[in-house]
Amino acid sequence: MVDTQPTVTQATLVKKAAPKSDYKPADVSPQRRVQRSYTIRLWSIRHSRLLEWFYSRFADMFLLLHPLWKKIGYGRVEAPIKFVEKRVKGLMFDCRMCGQCVLSSTGMSCPMNCPKQLRNGPCGGVRANGNCEVEPDMPCVWVKAWEGSRNMVKGDAILNVQKPVDQSLRETSAWLRVTAQAAATRETASKEVA
Amino acid sequence: MTPPRPRQPDEHPDGIDLPLDPLPGHSSRGRLERVLRRGEFAVTTELNPPDSADPEDVYNRAKIFDGWVDGINAVDASGANCHMSSVGICALLTRMGYAPIMQIACRDKNRIAIQGDVLGAAAMGVANILCLTGDGVQAGDQPGAKPVFDLDSMSLLETVRIMRDNGKFLSGRKLSTPPQLFLGAAVNPFAPPFDFRPIHLGKKIAAGAQFVQSQYCFDVPMFRTFMNRVRDLGYDEKCFILVGVGPLASAKTAKWIRANVPGIHIPDAIIKRLEGAQDQKKEGKQLCIDIINEVKEISGVSGVHVMAYRQEEYVAEIVDESGVLKGRRPWKREARADDQRVADRLEHLLHDDVTESQVDMVKTAH
Repeated sequence: MVDTQPTVTQATLVKKAAPKSDYKPADVSPQRRVQRSYTIRLWSIRHSRLLEWFYSRFADMFLLLHPLWKKIGYGRVEAPIKFVEKRVKGLMFDCRMCGQCVLSSTGMSCPMNCPKQLRNGPCGGVRANGNCEVEPDMPCVWVKAWEGSRNMVKGDAILNVQKPVDQSLRETSAWLRVTAQAAATRETASKEVA
Repeated sequence: MTPPRPRQPDEHPDGIDLPLDPLPGHSSRGRLERVLRRGEFAVTTELNPPDSADPEDVYNRAKIFDGWVDGINAVDASGANCHMSSVGICALLTRMGYAPIMQIACRDKNRIAIQGDVLGAAAMGVANILCLTGDGVQAGDQPGAKPVFDLDSMSLLETVRIMRDNGKFLSGRKLSTPPQLFLGAAVNPFAPPFDFRPIHLGKKIAAGAQFVQSQYCFDVPMFRTFMNRVRDLGYDEKCFILVGVGPLASAKTAKWIRANVPGIHIPDAIIKRLEGAQDQKKEGKQLCIDIINEVKEISGVSGVHVMAYRQEEYVAEIVDESGVLKGRRPWKREARADDQRVADRLEHLLHDDVTESQVDMVKTAH
């Protein structure tokens, strides 16, 4: 019997050919992510309903403050707001500052943490235990997103097809952008009524 | 002289490499869409891409499937291993009249490159495009490469659909001739989150998928559950579902795949059956035929996608023995009428050892 399936795969060859040294970084992935436990991120997903409630109040508050932002100038408040946003969302969701937050549509699981940065659902490589194919120790972002969305009132937003990420908006504040856009739609709506 | 061969179904009379006449309700001018929309059970397969610059390698590998399949997937560096590009393979295959399904993976190209490739492919006569996310670079032979993932499979589907239906790039710039394409996607009903998978298929349909090919199916009950849900949601009427099947070379291979290839689910019963067999390779082939016979009866299944990596020679046998074609003969590469005439003439000149006088020639000429 001729077994055509090679016992040594290309991946093994590559691993073997890699330079040997005493320093072997733990779990290095091509994404070079900061290795950390996923405890807080998973807490946020478990409490997606609470966070959804909080987020909508928070967005309303930001919108109320729109005249203030406008008075100071959106350009001038950007730096401090971005500083806070990056720290807070970074802690809660491992935010990657893509600048176009879709947390409310993805069960409070940040899709930019997916090594493939999928924004529309899981890939076909999810492991049987629900972990990522690229990073075997990380629970699949989209398995968690589906779980989180089931707890949310508007969880069916996960069914919307998301547009590709606009890379030119990286490292900008999604909070201010959403606020400014909401203010603009409110103004046009009130103009139409008048 | 041999009489001109009868025309095959789904073939352009003026040349095998030309796009078919547009039909109402068809978005492409290819063979695969016609077969599926006629309600015939379609068979597609995958070409093992060569690591070479020789076109003959592609032709020899495509020849194995002649007359047995309705479409050939040209893979785009599957498993993140570098091979001849899917664009290149498609350029060669369309020249010879084959119906390639061009795979586009989001791993290696950004949206600018992808949209350009779509136009180029359509211009070469590619009628089917399969939109994939692609494996991560860590899976392949060059794990140091930069993973691009500018689009994902869903936004890729939507991008190509916009190009086809609205005649525009993503930027909104107009195309003077939009591509005519049949859009495909991949589904994996065998990986978690299981209850999201049917809905995920719905999302892909909304984004533009007209047919889907599934991951290897070794667990028929699990696939049946998935299809029940898909039928409940009515998705089987909105897109053609092709089930991925393939022979396993041995129990050892099966175990290796299960442990090392994420997303492929092989139940213990399958491995046990292979281990118990005298000739494991033969049993693997029989197992594949049995699975085809089971899944073809599931309502909503429009075809099979036979993936026989490094066992391509079995595709024809599997298709034949499972009887899914029901006597239908998919398009087969044959000499064109004019080529046949030239060949006959050359045959006459080179091999028929006749010395004709001018008098004889005049006689036959009249």
